[in-house]
Amino acid sequence: MLQTIPLEFYLILSAIMFMLGVIGVIVRRNAIVIFMSIEMMLNAVNLTLVSFSQFMGDSAGQIFVFFVMAVAAAEAAVGLAIVLALFRKKQTVYVDEVNVLKW
Amino acid sequence: MSTTVILFSILAIAAIATGVSVIINKNPVASAMSLILHFFALAGLYLTLNAQFLAAIQILVYAGAIMVLVVFVVMLLNLGKESALTERFNPRTGIAVSMGVLLIAQLAIAFFGQPTGYNQLSDKAALNGTAESIGTVLFTEYLFPFEAISLLLLVAIVGSILLAKKQQKESV
Repeated sequence: MLQTIPLEFYLILSAIMFMLGVIGVIVRRNAIVIFMSIEMMLNAVNLTLVSFSQFMGDSAGQIFVFFVMAVAAAEAAVGLAIVLALFRKKQTVYVDEVNVLKW
Repeated sequence: MSTTVILFSILAIAAIATGVSVIINKNPVASAMSLILHFFALAGLYLTLNAQFLAAIQILVYAGAIMVLVVFVVMLLNLGKESALTERFNPRTGIAVSMGVLLIAQLAIAFFGQPTGYNQLSDKAALNGTAESIGTVLFTEYLFPFEAISLLLLVAIVGSILLAKKQQKESV
């Protein structure tokens, strides 16, 4: 057979990528880098969905990945617009310098 | 070792290395470039899973459209002095990394302690990954979510224009 990688390896790889994304969100201060870390987390979940879909022979997982990508595109547009608006208002993209909603 | 194992190892290491590079780089442009490589590694992993359509979409949408948007904003904001800025490495960093390693270890024990039993791709995998198969399912069974997602994208376009356009007065 062509395929010899068991499902577990894909799941662990996906978990590692998700954790990298979480660590990026927690550690970094730059809003754009936090944003990229969120994209990484979405991609980790996509990998899980695709591998389950292909190992179980059900194409629903791949359809979900398609929708996740569409939502990620929408999120990218809105998120970056927020970053732009924030920078115009506060001259910063560092999240610890933005506390207008904190009181 | 078969070709698939070698390919998977290379792509997995590339994906993890570029992922680490995204979160440790001080320069946001370097982070963005690493993220593009990360997306390419993921597209390769989709190919090892026989998901050709999603591999193509991954490169088109993520490495193409979304990353162009991100790089565009990074360049627009002109964050050139990033290297002079010190990222604060407080206890938060240590806690984040150690909790992450702990979770990975836990998941590894859970997955390898009791194998899922899925060692081969499904017989239908090669068929399910094609654009034809996904298109058929998308436009029959998932037609309503497909239409809903197009509405979501339209709302996102309108919303981002509204957010990013110049404010007339000081009211945000």
